Amino acid sequence: MGMTEQATDRGWFADLAPGSVDDAHEALGSGSAAEPADWPQRAVDAGFAEGEADYYDLLHEATMAATRATVVDRERADDKQLLHAVRAMDDADRTANELAERVGEWAGTLFDDVGTGVDAARELADREAATPLEARVVSLAGRVDDLAGEADDLRAFIERQAPEVAPNLSEMAGPVLAARLIALVGGLEQLAKKPSGTVQVLGAEDALFAHLAGRASSPKHGIIYTHEYVSGTRPEDRGSAARAFAGKLSIAARVDHYSGERRPEIHADLDDRMSTIRARAETDDTSDTGEGSQ
Amino acid sequence: MSGLPEGIERREFDGRQRLSTRGGPVYGEPTDGEWRLWDAGRSKLGAMLESGMKVDLSGVDSVLYLGAASGTTVSHVADFAGPTYAIEFAPRPVRDLLGVAENRPNLFPLLKDARKPETYAHIVESDVDLLVQDVATRGQAAVAVDNARFLADDGLLCLAVKARSEDVTADPETVFERVHEELGTAYQTVDSQRLEPFHDDHLGIVARKR
Repeated sequence: MGMTEQATDRGWFADLAPGSVDDAHEALGSGSAAEPADWPQRAVDAGFAEGEADYYDLLHEATMAATRATVVDRERADDKQLLHAVRAMDDADRTANELAERVGEWAGTLFDDVGTGVDAARELADREAATPLEARVVSLAGRVDDLAGEADDLRAFIERQAPEVAPNLSEMAGPVLAARLIALVGGLEQLAKKPSGTVQVLGAEDALFAHLAGRASSPKHGIIYTHEYVSGTRPEDRGSAARAFAGKLSIAARVDHYSGERRPEIHADLDDRMSTIRARAETDDTSDTGEGSQ
Repeated sequence: MSGLPEGIERREFDGRQRLSTRGGPVYGEPTDGEWRLWDAGRSKLGAMLESGMKVDLSGVDSVLYLGAASGTTVSHVADFAGPTYAIEFAPRPVRDLLGVAENRPNLFPLLKDARKPETYAHIVESDVDLLVQDVATRGQAAVAVDNARFLADDGLLCLAVKARSEDVTADPETVFERVHEELGTAYQTVDSQRLEPFHDDHLGIVARKR
């Protein structure tokens, strides 16, 4: 115990050149000690600092630079993890669906009371197999159950993690759509740098290229269609809704990337804008009724 | 009444006597000359002082602050104290904390986990006069006990306990009782009080290291 303490109880400055904090990032970030000590005095005794005031100046310079660098590293890492998680969730979902189809087809030849789809396969997984053949089908259904369970766990992870990485974007789009938008462009920084017109059609690249090749009209929305703000708006107003929604999503992504603070006002702005767009439908309804009564 | 150290004054803001410290503004707070308002509604330590808890800050020089978040409260602490070590675990608020520390040479921002004191014991000096803790994690009492190693004998602990962080479903009073019990292994409580109306479901505890 005494030996170890001796070995680890060295101040952050122990391996640095006197008066220099050039290599402090590593020492501050990964060093450790069992107990604190009078580091200012020790630094002066060791010749690292000329006096207490000099020590604190060096400590300030070192902690500012090292902490700044660590923040950048950590945040960069976090949005990339989200990207992997959302892609893994989609893979698990898609594979579970594919395998469930196979299970449904096979199980249909053996049992007369099984349905199709992931839920049916998950139910089948709990069955007692009577024959070695049934055992294969039930076991395969068990893989579907595992995959679907993994997809659920990944979704729960994304719902917890996305608000940490991108609080405004997650509040506005919902955590999963926020993660998908980040994943589609490769990171939060990349998303923050995209114009809102691009955000509007992210995930609709096929339709966009068909349009650019002159084969189709321009897509009104990409993956943001999955949000109620777009899908729940009547078709003739969906373009306006998608444009307004994408505009605010872009702002949210920029705030998340550059400041990270929650901004209630951008959410209120979007709610206002959406009410205005949806009020059009009501106005039209009212005027229809008006005409009818004449 | 709280013993206010040199560097904290009650001054008139909006027609009321309110806490203030001397330093560069941080979050758009009102100022009076070089004094800036310390808003108790945005700071648990501020609320503890404002509500008249027995927080004797006179003679406080070095400070360890756990859960510095974006630096609102710790900026005021650094205004009146000497060397101030600010620990925060989440990268996002630390970006703001860095901005706060930029022109406060006695404020040392560290992106560390308060539950793992050994990861910053090679940086934070021993025998600090004041430990402030405002971390929203489970095991808040354990964190305070674990970090008592940094405090000088008889050093002061100002702890804000958030009931919901311990157990969302439990009655806050039950949570607070458990915290008191666990703190007793390292601290002697001087004062404790709910922080309403400034902060809901929070308990302020002032204690001395045993």
